[in-house]
Amino acid sequence: MGLALVLALIVAPEDADQGISQRIFYIHVPIALTAYFCFGLGAVKALLLLWRGDERYDLESYVAIHQGTIFGALTLITGAIWAKASWGVWWTWSSNQLVLFLVLFLFYCAYFMLRFSLEDGPRRARSSAVYALFGVALIPVSFLAIRLAEDFIHPTVFTREGPQMSGTMFATFCVAWGAVTLLAYVLYRVELAGKRLDADLRDLREALQ
Amino acid sequence: MSWSQGELVAAAYAVVFVFVLVYVAIIAAKLARLQRETAELVELARGKTRLGP
Repeated sequence: MGLALVLALIVAPEDADQGISQRIFYIHVPIALTAYFCFGLGAVKALLLLWRGDERYDLESYVAIHQGTIFGALTLITGAIWAKASWGVWWTWSSNQLVLFLVLFLFYCAYFMLRFSLEDGPRRARSSAVYALFGVALIPVSFLAIRLAEDFIHPTVFTREGPQMSGTMFATFCVAWGAVTLLAYVLYRVELAGKRLDADLRDLREALQ
Repeated sequence: MSWSQGELVAAAYAVVFVFVLVYVAIIAAKLARLQRETAELVELARGKTRLGP
């Protein structure tokens, strides 16, 4: 993360068009991609739960979606700040990419409302898994929105011709993406271990009393 | 209120830093609670062992 910060804030050259505000790209885009990845991981774990019936996938799916929601919130906040710097507004409803990401984020926020409104057990695990699988359909729509829409103002950096940036900028982006993915993985493992330990201690307490 | 571009870049990175910091603090608080609960359960198990079957 330290290397990514140094590269993003000091080493990477200033963008000729956007100026210093383009440096938000190095944190905003990796966080958005990580949010997509976490939601996708949550859906894969949900599918495994429904397929194999192993309840450990329920917790893994929940933690991945929890991580995705946190990174999703950060995507919206850093995106709003970048929008203010580039377009002069915090939010615009005319960009499909922004609106679709907000829909995706709110959809996964509702996942927690569904999950915590049901009693703990196999029914809750299955219902949450089905909901997580429905959500994954929104990911490609949200991701491809800026390519499908013609009247967008959200910039497209990665095209069929490759990344539309210099080598140093692309290297900085790759390091930042790697750092954010690693951070998400560590947070995922720590949260998962904490929740499993919590469940084990609850079982142990019941066995001892 | 008008923000300069530099201030907005700093704000974006600061928001991410604060989020991660709060998340780590929450995880640390949870781990401290689990540590206390583990100690309580160890005491409970020792008490049961002393009393015998």
